[in-house]
Amino acid sequence: MLNNKMNISENKILLDIENIRKDFPILSTLVHSTPLVYLDNAATTQKPNAVLDMQNVYYKEQNANIHRGVHHLSETATFEYEKARGKIKNFINAADNKEIIFTAGTTAGINLVAHSFGKTFLKAGDEVIISAMEHHSNIVPWQMICEEQGAHLRIIPMNDDGELLLDEYKKLLTPKTKIVSVVYISNSLGTINPVKKIIELAHHNGSKVLIDGAQAVAHTKVDVRELDCDFFVFSGHKIFGPTGIGVLYGKASLLEQMKPYQGGGDMILSVTFEKTTFNDLPYKFEAGTPNIAGVIGLGAAIDYVNGIGLDAIAEYEQSLLHYGTGLLRSIKGLRLIGTAKEKAGILSFVLENAHPHDIGTILDRQGIAIRTGHHCTQPVMQRFGIPATARASISFYNTKTELDVLVRGIEKVKEIFE
Amino acid sequence: MSELNELYQQLILEHNKTPRNFIKPEQFTHDADGYNPLCGDHYHIWLKLDGETISDIGFQGSGCAISKSSASMMTSALKGASLSQAKELFEKFHSVIMTKIGDEIPEATIEELGSLGALAGVREFPARIKCASLAWHALNAALTKTEKSISTEIEKK
Repeated sequence: MLNNKMNISENKILLDIENIRKDFPILSTLVHSTPLVYLDNAATTQKPNAVLDMQNVYYKEQNANIHRGVHHLSETATFEYEKARGKIKNFINAADNKEIIFTAGTTAGINLVAHSFGKTFLKAGDEVIISAMEHHSNIVPWQMICEEQGAHLRIIPMNDDGELLLDEYKKLLTPKTKIVSVVYISNSLGTINPVKKIIELAHHNGSKVLIDGAQAVAHTKVDVRELDCDFFVFSGHKIFGPTGIGVLYGKASLLEQMKPYQGGGDMILSVTFEKTTFNDLPYKFEAGTPNIAGVIGLGAAIDYVNGIGLDAIAEYEQSLLHYGTGLLRSIKGLRLIGTAKEKAGILSFVLENAHPHDIGTILDRQGIAIRTGHHCTQPVMQRFGIPATARASISFYNTKTELDVLVRGIEKVKEIFE
Repeated sequence: MSELNELYQQLILEHNKTPRNFIKPEQFTHDADGYNPLCGDHYHIWLKLDGETISDIGFQGSGCAISKSSASMMTSALKGASLSQAKELFEKFHSVIMTKIGDEIPEATIEELGSLGALAGVREFPARIKCASLAWHALNAALTKTEKSISTEIEKK
């Protein structure tokens, strides 16, 4: 697969986008009678045939419950399920399969850690640090557990470009800080945070760190051991896999100390009415029949991404970001929200005379799918003094031509609202 | 893209640019918040009721062209109207914007709506119907006083 998706020339890796696009059937659909221009990848990514086919094979030929059946299908399903766990372990370079916990998604992963870590380690007066650019899913679970445990939430502020203020962060780190939970790449601003530095500083202070990798895994290489994060969470659907499946990576030594989150089947060794002995990792945190097809689909998505290569993807997306930023900056009355030096392919903007919601509708009628609203980051909107933004978010199957279409679409908005 | 021109008519764009009654009245008897948490549209509406008559009405806040023009046209239509007239107008307006795509709306109904008839095009945009009805739900909340803040998401729950 590697060879037919890439051309190596002048020491630069160029992706064969035309061929890649053929792997994603939805990309050739028409929306309102015009070719779809899908620029809502930060919300969810499209799925390649490899993922769709794999899920189909699972349901047609392998479907059974896992970990308990002695019959052939159950053994096959269990094998495929655990094989996918291994792929994910390798993908983020975890030390062991038992450090890979399957969840319903990023939100579920953060809730698991907030609850389980919180119930085990947080006590009254302790502090949890998050940042000013967190998604609601990395705010609310911590608010809930802090309230329950009598702990407090502290916020790392950011500057007008959407960059975290590390000096302020350093001041927030105290002996009370039990955990720091920050986003790798901001979904509304595109900022790539210096997570390695953030982790280093936290560890120096004796605090644990969770990295919300929802927007990172499909766009940059992640090595959890190199980062040395304690927890890393992401969603399958943002990396070309199915919805309803996600991953929580946690260092085994920590996960072992943490209380289970949900009780039920698969997470126990033995149950009597008097006492239950919990299962070992990772099953301790995987109560109930999991999303087997989702796990297998996610495994296929990761194979697909590996086949293209994240370095090539990152490089290509940076070139698109650079091109798109230039185009948008040349539009009079358009203001980019999120102008960090280190940015991923997210272009959030507001227009002088048109509300993002109206922009979204007018672009949609031209076949262009973007996201409008607060992107589940209301504090970010408050920080920038705006109610909402329009957000175009890039993936490696997008093209410069599509960004040209976006700009023409925005011109149409301006025409209407002039 | 003809539906776009149907949606963003001159009258709507004009009300969006210079909304009428975009002010908090000096005196009021009823008020409420109108909020769509999904898109962030947020208005406050005030009205002064003299007996059965809406003698003054105003709104403030921010949101898209559809929600703002709808609030502007609504307040224009209701200033000086009786409560029963307001109720009747809301029901008519609601039935028009909820008419299924492809179904005929009687010409007379649109005419009865006056300037609000300009919003009939919103029915072609299911995602935007809530924008058009936000101010009306806020008005209803102000009059019934059941909710301090009305959210477009409450009906769903």
